[in-house]
Amino acid sequence: MIQQRIREKAKELLSKKEVDLIIGFGEGTLPLRATPLFIRNPEEADRLVWNSFCENNLATYLHKFSRFKVGLIVKGCDSRSVLALSLEKRFQPDRLFLIGVPCQRMVDRRRVKKAVHGEILHAHEEGDKIIVRGDGFELALDRNEFLYPSCQACVHRNPAKADVLAADPVEEVPLTEAHFDAKKFEKMSPEERWAFFEKESSRCIRCYACREACPMCYCSECFVDSSNPKWIEKGLAPPDLEFYHIVRAYHQTGRCSGCGACERACPMEIRLTYLTQKLNDDVKDLFEFEAGMNPDHLPPLSAYAIDDRQEFIK
Amino acid sequence: MKSGPAKLEKKDFRPFLQDIMGKYDLFAPVRMAEGVSAYRKIDDPDEVDLSNLNPQKPVKEVFFSQSEVMFRYEKIEDRNRVTSTEEVERERVVLGARPCDIQAISLLDQVFSGKEYTDVYYLHKRQMTTMIGLACNDPLTTCFCSSVEGGPFVREGSDIFLVDLGESYLVEFLTEKGEAFSRNPFLKEADKNDLTLTREIEEKASRKADASLSLDGIDKRLDEMVESPFWDRLQEKCLGCRVCTYLCPTCHCFDIADEALTNKGQRVRNWDSCLSTLYSLETSGHNPRPTGRERTRQRLMHKFNYFPKNVGKIACVGCGRCIIHCPANSDIRQTLKEINAK
Repeated sequence: MIQQRIREKAKELLSKKEVDLIIGFGEGTLPLRATPLFIRNPEEADRLVWNSFCENNLATYLHKFSRFKVGLIVKGCDSRSVLALSLEKRFQPDRLFLIGVPCQRMVDRRRVKKAVHGEILHAHEEGDKIIVRGDGFELALDRNEFLYPSCQACVHRNPAKADVLAADPVEEVPLTEAHFDAKKFEKMSPEERWAFFEKESSRCIRCYACREACPMCYCSECFVDSSNPKWIEKGLAPPDLEFYHIVRAYHQTGRCSGCGACERACPMEIRLTYLTQKLNDDVKDLFEFEAGMNPDHLPPLSAYAIDDRQEFIK
Repeated sequence: MKSGPAKLEKKDFRPFLQDIMGKYDLFAPVRMAEGVSAYRKIDDPDEVDLSNLNPQKPVKEVFFSQSEVMFRYEKIEDRNRVTSTEEVERERVVLGARPCDIQAISLLDQVFSGKEYTDVYYLHKRQMTTMIGLACNDPLTTCFCSSVEGGPFVREGSDIFLVDLGESYLVEFLTEKGEAFSRNPFLKEADKNDLTLTREIEEKASRKADASLSLDGIDKRLDEMVESPFWDRLQEKCLGCRVCTYLCPTCHCFDIADEALTNKGQRVRNWDSCLSTLYSLETSGHNPRPTGRERTRQRLMHKFNYFPKNVGKIACVGCGRCIIHCPANSDIRQTLKEINAK
């Protein structure tokens, strides 16, 4: 149903030449995957899909297509990234058409794979079940048991802004602490927190997939790539890996929509979102601000107000 | 005289490795997190984890580290002291590498000990290493080794070759280097049943590995495609990260940097990736590969056009890592099929 409405809208926008291209999702080449799809002809619109594997934040592609009129398929988090980027004047909002999808939360392909012995050769959804098949097995898994951590912690599944919605809005569910990794992290002792962070970042191979997948990482020269001044060495020494991950997270303060694209992109499965979750939580607590929820409200680090809270400055 | 195949009971695996570790530095896949592994130096045999068919990072890392110190220097009073790091001290054994990864090492040999230059860092590690390969009984659907001159039971490049028989391993000695291990006290003679079982497993695995991708003449087709709009389409979904190049068993680009303090420092070489903007950026500020179009083209051209022209072989071994780990599900098999259709 959602998929059908996405296709119809895409077809219409391309036929009337209201956009140059549509960026959405197509069928992936592997089970449990969808893939970013770029279409320019109305006849191609039927290649667009919608399912629980549409895990990428497509807003990240807007930088590549800033000279074009783009029709973009957005989940709640993706729409917030678009709004946050608009506030940073990355593109003219009138060149964008947002096809919003109230999100069912996305399924973590790697967790599904780990729950199954043997290679998954085929996967599809039936209601709240994911049916996976392989050589000699067929299992029906409850999709809610296999959601991405960032999706479990999501309280804004409906797009914050959309020119059209592909389905009726879903009911937002308040966050339970069990699904909020930042809270679990906060409860650890400083030593435990450091041990966790150290272990996770030690796997980093500096492929920068987390940076490239993130719509908010668009600096023409990232601090890790700068040679003059050189902020950081390029090898795998633990202090360099830790420095990269801390600074990457800090640069997201007041800008992160919590989409989890960084963590999904990581081939070494490094946990990353608890760091940005904590920053998002602090920004919300201190400045009553959530990235990408209000098109007129500048992020706290970009704005100054005489009554800004400052008790955290010690 | 060459020894016939031996058998290693799995219950003897630990002492077998301990015996090796008495004389050699052992490298094998180690679990870093659930489902994530890479080749590391083994301190305790229990660290060895062969459950991941394709550890995220390929075996090339043992010979060509992601970050390798080339030499260290220090100024003490008026004297400069330079310490070489060219040679490793102890002989090494690499355990558990799959045929695709080992085939990739043969390709890297052509690069690092080619006609024009030899790389002492790589070569010394190669000379000091005995390679114990492990057959792939159950190749994944993303594996296409059989399409690129490989196969799940290809023994070439291994000094010793293991086949998992369930309760035991069949152990084949293939070279003189491998032969030196035939007297390990934990090995038994393999019987006829073991050999029959091996043959059955091999036939089944060989049927499973995808050999359907034909790459004959792909270098010629690519010759015609330099200015093709194909690259504009291909680069669209590429995020420009380095996953496919860093996890690739044959990619071998590096960047040299000096890590300097006031009176001492080290020269280091780190893996580099043609998919990054910085890779081709010149000091003047000019970038001859300014967009994803030129960069994705470079990756494909190097593997399927330049490398075949220089070395006579395709620089892809069909391990499937780039397919599994690409954050945007860009699938090299699909790309190659599209090039074939040109």
